[in-house]
Amino acid sequence: MTILRFVGRRSDSDARTIKNRIDNDASLETLMMHSLGNTLDARNIDGADHTNRALPKSPTGIPGLDEITGGGLPTGRPTLVCGTAGCGKTLLAVEFLVRGATQFDEPGVLLAFEETPEDLIKNVRSLGFDLDQLVAENRIVIDHVHVERSEIEEAGEYDLEGLFLRLNFAIESVGAKRVVIDTLETLFSGFTNEAILRAELRRLFAWLKERGVTAIITGERGEGQLTRQGLEEYVSDCVILLDHRVHDQISTRRIRIVKYRGAAHGANEYPFLINEDGISVLPITSLRLNHDASDERISSGVDRLDTMLGGEGYYRGSSVLISGTAGTGKSTLAAHLANATCRRGERCAYFAFEESPQQIIRNMRSIGLDLAQWVDRGLLHFHAARPTLYGLEMHLAVMHKIIDQLEPAVAIVDPITNFSTNATRAESHAMLMRLVDYLKTRGITALFTSLTAGGEALERTQAEVSSIVDTWILLRDIESGGERNRGLYVLKSRGMAHSNQIREFVLNENGIQLLDVYVGPEGVLTGSMRIAQEARERAQALEREQELSRRKQKSEQRRQAIEAQIAALKAQLLAEENEFELFLEDSQSRTSQLAALREQMAQSRKADAAEHPTKHSLHGEM
Amino acid sequence: MMYGAETTSSDSHETADQETWELRLYVAGQTAKSVAAKENLQRICDEHLPGRYQIEIIDLLEHPQLARGDQIVAIPTLVRKLPSPMRKIIGDLSNTEKTLVGLQLRATGSADR
Repeated sequence: MTILRFVGRRSDSDARTIKNRIDNDASLETLMMHSLGNTLDARNIDGADHTNRALPKSPTGIPGLDEITGGGLPTGRPTLVCGTAGCGKTLLAVEFLVRGATQFDEPGVLLAFEETPEDLIKNVRSLGFDLDQLVAENRIVIDHVHVERSEIEEAGEYDLEGLFLRLNFAIESVGAKRVVIDTLETLFSGFTNEAILRAELRRLFAWLKERGVTAIITGERGEGQLTRQGLEEYVSDCVILLDHRVHDQISTRRIRIVKYRGAAHGANEYPFLINEDGISVLPITSLRLNHDASDERISSGVDRLDTMLGGEGYYRGSSVLISGTAGTGKSTLAAHLANATCRRGERCAYFAFEESPQQIIRNMRSIGLDLAQWVDRGLLHFHAARPTLYGLEMHLAVMHKIIDQLEPAVAIVDPITNFSTNATRAESHAMLMRLVDYLKTRGITALFTSLTAGGEALERTQAEVSSIVDTWILLRDIESGGERNRGLYVLKSRGMAHSNQIREFVLNENGIQLLDVYVGPEGVLTGSMRIAQEARERAQALEREQELSRRKQKSEQRRQAIEAQIAALKAQLLAEENEFELFLEDSQSRTSQLAALREQMAQSRKADAAEHPTKHSLHGEM
Repeated sequence: MMYGAETTSSDSHETADQETWELRLYVAGQTAKSVAAKENLQRICDEHLPGRYQIEIIDLLEHPQLARGDQIVAIPTLVRKLPSPMRKIIGDLSNTEKTLVGLQLRATGSADR
């Protein structure tokens, strides 16, 4: 797992030096990684490694072809390469020679019947082959055999010994191990005596075998048979068929090993690609599910999304699908991943099938992502093409090639949906499955975006890739209150405890922000509805607060009123008590006054002496 | 009658009559076909071009590099270098009629192109 990062970080150093370095490092992990890259494709074809058994084979050096043939063409034997006009026969043969001379130190002879050496050199120069240089260095000989029917009269018995001698001379002049004859059938238009010709062809193939040169003989595809002149009857060891098919106006080149005596070979048709580096064949049908699973996590580039994905982001080497309707921010999420990847110093391959790289960079700049800096530093590689540019297989081939060259940590395909426009659903599904498998075996994290057409169920992707991806993030429009807002949720994410929440997904100049949506009694609210709801809640809270203080005040007032009442009653009580006191005093004073008055009267009457107090009580009876 | 070739080249043939014919015969070793071709050529030249021909015999077993220049594929091949244009006759020249037609020493009854 650490190795993956290690490889990814060496952005500008040559892949080969990395591999060498890995070789020196004897840890088990590195060894595994190394062998993974080298033998996986060979094993994937039919589940067995057969490179070292059976016939000796001469590697062609053509990427992919050696894998489907299990190591190359049969050494010292002729191989027939046939196909229709313009399918790349000559190119394949020339590349076999050039790579033989440059990579395997096997000089070659090109016996050209159709094109002059000048034309050939010119034609292959655009593919990066300097045939001129190789001829000058005596590593390749080109002999142009020109048979002009109109200037030849046949008068008696003849054979083609001249051709044999020329070929022999050419082989000996450079010590050739490889021979290409392109296109032998031209002889049939040069000579009228077919019996002689056929006998000589048979002799030629036997002679080539005897010479022990590994040869490619090209032949034009014929009606009902592999070649127009039935050359296949002379070649018993290896027959390769090239095909150029147009389906819905999109052409795809395919290669098939029709026959390979004494060797197991991939029997399928494989797409191949001709570009500025020559031919590459892609043995892409992997039958096994044996890729490593990494425990390492990588950031999605959006903090809160990482949090939703078990707190750490995607698994390294997993495949992620982001689906959603138009304008939900799929590309933006993808760009965030690209940005996060490059920031770690790892490489990212971005396959854009809808927008040009410039457009993506501009659009992402508007939300605060500077992708141009990563492009400048060689960490981010854009490949933009219209899906209709060529067939699915070719797209896959191009992607493989770029991925092989770049060795990225992350690959983004934006969007995958467009592929189904030029293929049946089954085809695009198969293609994506292969792509997912391919990326997984390489430990590359893959992110696919998928456009869900309006009206279709959201939990459905057009290409039906949902079952083969590990993490599926759904972006959806939440329409309410006269506006559309983006919602994001993680539909599935294998092997992690992911959030089940819907988050509102906001794009602004700072990038993506994931907000909590308002989930209340009125359902899920987003955007200004959410803002309005929040305001409404704030107002309600304020109102409640005011009500509280009002009530508090009121109760205070009541308390005060009651207290006042209490005070008044108390005052009344006091007054009444005072009154009673006064009355009591009054009545007492009055009694004493009465007594005093009576005494006065008695004295005045002199009725009783004051010395007779007993009489006092008698007065009381009166 | 003898030189009555195609009408267009009849004028040049008048002058060509006086020229020496340069013929080159490519063979490969002493095979039966090679030997037959040499003999047949000698006979035809003596008969039709007395004293006006030069024959160069090239054995490609000894000089394989020379096959390229005259685009030799079949063996034996007779090349008429002069008078121009160049003509090639392949085979052991056992068919005298065809050889003469090929060398344009005889008008052709059948189309040869």
